Amino acid sequence: MEQQYYVEMRDINKQFGDFQALEQINFGIEKGKLIGLLGPSGSGKTTILRILAGLETAETGDIIINGQVVNDIPASQRGIGFVFQNYALFRYMTVFENVAFGLRVQKWPKSRVKERVNEMLRLVGLEGLEKRYPSQLSGGQRQRVAFARALAPEPQLLLLDEPFAAIDAKVRQELRRWLKGMISTVGITSIFVTHDQEEAIEVADEIIITNQGRIEQIGKPVDIYRNPTTPFVARFIGDSAELENVHLFPGFEYAADQIKHAIIRPEYLTVYKKGEPVEYPNSVEPGVVVQSAFRGTVTEYQIRLSDGTILTANRLVDTAPLAEGEQVQIFARRLLAFDEERAFPVENICLAGVRPYVI
Amino acid sequence: MKQKQSGPLKWVLIGGSAFFLFVMLILPLIYVLSTAFREGIQVYIESVTDEYAVKAILLTIRATVSAVVINTLFGVFAAWCITRFQFRGKKIISTLIDLPLTVSPIIAGLIYVLTFGRQSALYPYLQKLGISIIYAVPGIVLATIFVTFPFISREIIPVLTAAGTDEEEAAALMGANGWTIFWRVTFPHIKWVLLYGVVLCTARAMGEFGAVSVLSGHLRGKTNTMPLYIELLYQGYDYTGAFAISSILVVMAIVILILRSVLEYLGKKDREA
Repeated sequence: MEQQYYVEMRDINKQFGDFQALEQINFGIEKGKLIGLLGPSGSGKTTILRILAGLETAETGDIIINGQVVNDIPASQRGIGFVFQNYALFRYMTVFENVAFGLRVQKWPKSRVKERVNEMLRLVGLEGLEKRYPSQLSGGQRQRVAFARALAPEPQLLLLDEPFAAIDAKVRQELRRWLKGMISTVGITSIFVTHDQEEAIEVADEIIITNQGRIEQIGKPVDIYRNPTTPFVARFIGDSAELENVHLFPGFEYAADQIKHAIIRPEYLTVYKKGEPVEYPNSVEPGVVVQSAFRGTVTEYQIRLSDGTILTANRLVDTAPLAEGEQVQIFARRLLAFDEERAFPVENICLAGVRPYVI
Repeated sequence: MKQKQSGPLKWVLIGGSAFFLFVMLILPLIYVLSTAFREGIQVYIESVTDEYAVKAILLTIRATVSAVVINTLFGVFAAWCITRFQFRGKKIISTLIDLPLTVSPIIAGLIYVLTFGRQSALYPYLQKLGISIIYAVPGIVLATIFVTFPFISREIIPVLTAAGTDEEEAAALMGANGWTIFWRVTFPHIKWVLLYGVVLCTARAMGEFGAVSVLSGHLRGKTNTMPLYIELLYQGYDYTGAFAISSILVVMAIVILILRSVLEYLGKKDREA
């Protein structure tokens, strides 16, 4: 049974000169969802967005919005609201004129323009700033204007290119929550581009991970985080350390033949100080604390194993602190193993029960 | 952080520059004005209202206005093309725009004489159509356009490059047509530099001598612009007349200088707002 998607890309290819920017891009998005396009820079995520918007054209493939193939429909008639990376507010227009621009261009009657602009400014909480120019606003306020301007003409799809990149870290947190809330209030299908995994995981309903012009994985943030399916995603998501010698960790020998490469994340690790009770004494590996960093609720430790691999592990703030150079014992619950094509989790034999399994 | 200034050196440098400016600029200006009024205001007025003088002034204004209008249009189009489109030969075009700045005006004049004059292959066709360019007003206008055409586009190009295409893209995405985008989004960016370019272009157009001199044929009352007319008077030992007309050009130059400063100030204020 084919699922009914609201926005769809089918077999999209795009080339810039000799550079293959996108290769066989296929995905579908359900109505009302907030999607994060995540990938390193140059991975093609912005190109996907610009092709959807009609700012670039693909060499092959179809773009479908609301059941209609929009390949040949000009950008302005696709019913898309676009928030640019640096907002691209009209510098020589007031906030009011910025938001009204799209409505004026679409020849809305004057009274409705005024009504709609005021409604939008109320929605984003910028009443009273109608007469300001963009240069007189803070970064966060500019983003709100860009958001109001994109939404004013009642688009069916909202696209945001790196919406938080131009904002300082402190306001960014707050704006993320604000934007997520705002989009769910308005109920509009939205896609945003980001290179910040934390941002994508926090804001998006669903994440599309791109790498070198291809889609690596599509899924809910929690699924992508827990079960990366490709080596790239396994490495890219989370605070991962690569493990050279998998057999080093006791408890994984049973699968060592199948594991070529593996990564390990801080949340898979438990660090025991000398003298602390150890749950599975046969499955711990010694290490030396190299560095520690206080992170608030947890303290982050860099721990060196006997083969020189450095792992990152956390301990809660109310446990006994570890000194640099201290000998510790590490227990790994899980590894993320991968070969050239796929990634899969491997459990420690102590936790896997009687029958060890390998996916 | 304010740097400690060494007293004597500072005053020697300032004094030196002031003296240089005085000898090179102020003194000649005073001399122009005093010579113009040497034989009294009556003679000055007579020189300025002389039939040929008035015709020269009018021709200068005509040539200047034509050159400024055409170069404004051309300058905006050229700057737009160069900053907004990627195409083969873009470098060549932007280099060609600068050509008049490096080519001697006399050569510019000669180029037109060769292109449209009697020895040109085009000449028979132009004659058939009844168009005369060399030793006629169109030639003067052409020469003026040629020497002034880099001024406006050169002012606009850096501003358009700095402004980027984001705003235009945003406007286009909302469905605005090219005309609306230009007037409502792009034009406000270039408004002040465009006016500034127009002022510079005007100043240069009014004073152009070399290229115009070659093309004009020096027909008194027909193809003599102000600078040419001044030379004519000067060659005829009518110093009072020559300096009287010069004084008009000088006053226009000063007005333009003031306008330029005002525009620079307004433009800066507008960008900061």
